[in-house]
Amino acid sequence: MSVTAFLTDSTLCIGCKACEVACKEWNGISQDGLDWSGFSYDNTEAVGASTWRHVKFVEEAPLPGFGGNAAEHNSWSFSSDVCKHCEQAGCLEACPTGSIVRTEFGGVFIQPDVCNGCGYCVTACPFGVVERNQKDGRAFKCTFCYDRQKVGLQPACAKACPTESIKFGEIEDLRREAQSRVDELHRRGMNDATIYEPLNTSVEGTHAFFIVRGDPRAYNLPPAPEVPTTYLKKSWRSSAIAAGLLLGGTLVAFLSDGNRSDGRGR
Amino acid sequence: MSDLLRLRDMEADDPRREQRLDEIRREAERRGKLQVVSTRPAGAPFPQASTDTGYYGIPLLKQPPWTWEIPLYFFAGGAAGAAAVIGAIADYTGADRELVQHARWIAAAGSVISPALLIADLGRPERFLAMLRVFKPQSPMSVGVWTLLGFSSVAAAAAFAGFLTDRYGPSLPVKVLENAGQAASLLFGLPFSNYTGVLIGATAIPVWNHNAGDLPLHFAASGLGAAVGILELMGHRKSRALQALGLGAAIFETWEGLRIEGRSHNHLDPLKHGPSGLITRTGGVLSGPLPVLLRVASLFGGERRSSNLRRWASWSSIVGSLITRFAWVHAGHVSARDWRLPLKDHPSAHQQSQENVRAVPNRS
Repeated sequence: MSVTAFLTDSTLCIGCKACEVACKEWNGISQDGLDWSGFSYDNTEAVGASTWRHVKFVEEAPLPGFGGNAAEHNSWSFSSDVCKHCEQAGCLEACPTGSIVRTEFGGVFIQPDVCNGCGYCVTACPFGVVERNQKDGRAFKCTFCYDRQKVGLQPACAKACPTESIKFGEIEDLRREAQSRVDELHRRGMNDATIYEPLNTSVEGTHAFFIVRGDPRAYNLPPAPEVPTTYLKKSWRSSAIAAGLLLGGTLVAFLSDGNRSDGRGR
Repeated sequence: MSDLLRLRDMEADDPRREQRLDEIRREAERRGKLQVVSTRPAGAPFPQASTDTGYYGIPLLKQPPWTWEIPLYFFAGGAAGAAAVIGAIADYTGADRELVQHARWIAAAGSVISPALLIADLGRPERFLAMLRVFKPQSPMSVGVWTLLGFSSVAAAAAFAGFLTDRYGPSLPVKVLENAGQAASLLFGLPFSNYTGVLIGATAIPVWNHNAGDLPLHFAASGLGAAVGILELMGHRKSRALQALGLGAAIFETWEGLRIEGRSHNHLDPLKHGPSGLITRTGGVLSGPLPVLLRVASLFGGERRSSNLRRWASWSSIVGSLITRFAWVHAGHVSARDWRLPLKDHPSAHQQSQENVRAVPNRS
């Protein structure tokens, strides 16, 4: 029983979407978008209730030599997105039913038999991953293939990835692997390769990190995701002040009203 | 179809399901590689992903899944909580009995409407009770549900006991119930009137969490304005205490409006621009400056004029409070759709990217 993670290396991704297909196949999720979105080869635009793996097709302005493309063509990279399984997970903290739990493998799992579809986790996710299925009413996201991990198998997406762009393993091993891979890419001249893992924000790291080239923002990876519990102190302080003012104000208003006992307005 | 169903029922380590994943992988190896180079013909205008546009400007955050029930719940809960506080304090300070009992009825009505609205908005309303499995102090939704539950049970009890006393005369058990119910609804009413501000403040939605410190105060004032308004419309337009409270709430709302307008930040745009800005400003004027003016004007002149002006001020505050709740939820939707906000650099982000670079020595 070890703590596991995904390392998604976009420099190895060929955009085949086998991870999307395998995920749907294994988890029995219905199809949700064979139409083109108009954004490169993207169908579904983002991860959501029925898309737990989502391949992004990042076409950027032509940059000679970037990604081995000819100078007149756009630079193009692919990256398979997934729930980040945050160390400090907004959805988990926000869930009022205790449906969302952390598994023994370190992942964040929504127990579908407990979720009552309040939707609060949707507003709490700084990565926009969790979504309520409008037909079903409950919230869904990547389960980190909890059922497969339970029996010692790797998640379906990692299993189906033909280039091993999606790696699955023990978290510290993968962090080391990510570092050596980026070092290697830098040696090969790809100086813009970086690891995306928000370690220095309140999220405190994730169980799904990424190697991307260029600015992670072009992949819709937020530079500073914050777990919403960081706003609690400020909010509850304001709430306590509000309660105090309401109580004090009402007391003063009634005590200073000399006619309060016969103030009938009719 | 039947095959599919059988597949679903199988165990996780069923070899046939495992083989299917291998098939997908083999197919991807054989045919999955994209051979064409980009979808864009040279020179054609086509959206590009970049640091400035994010991922084609596709929203990063998900919009809140809530529909009209939730802002209406914010309104009903805010007014009911404040009414419970007014009723209890009015009783403790010996104010007239009719005012006390009216305030209790408002609280009781809110205590019935609020859970109905909250449950109606659940994706699985029949599982409302799942929220009562746990109490999680770090989840405002959990704290709120328990507050609502407490408030609902005691507010109705206080109103009903008061009704029994008025109708059939005082009796000891009813008096005990009335007093206990009232004390408890004061206790629950205080957080209940403003916790919804915490609920939306502590989220990932930029326009909400950016106002996390303001929202509970703002919502409390909004709820108080509505509660006073409803009481005055029930006939209590001579109460100086209610006049003072209504004036206080409206002045606070005016200040809150000025505070929003006075600050300049991208996160606040949905409150100022576009349809959501218009709704926010309408709600702000109706709950702030307009009732202030009407109430100040009502201090001068005859009794009849005063009563009329206070009636208008009440309507303005009630409608303003209702619009304000819808405006904030709507602004949250607009804010979640704005892909620029979560991609914005801020100081800690800068530090992070620099550290990333430092961790990975540049060998070029």
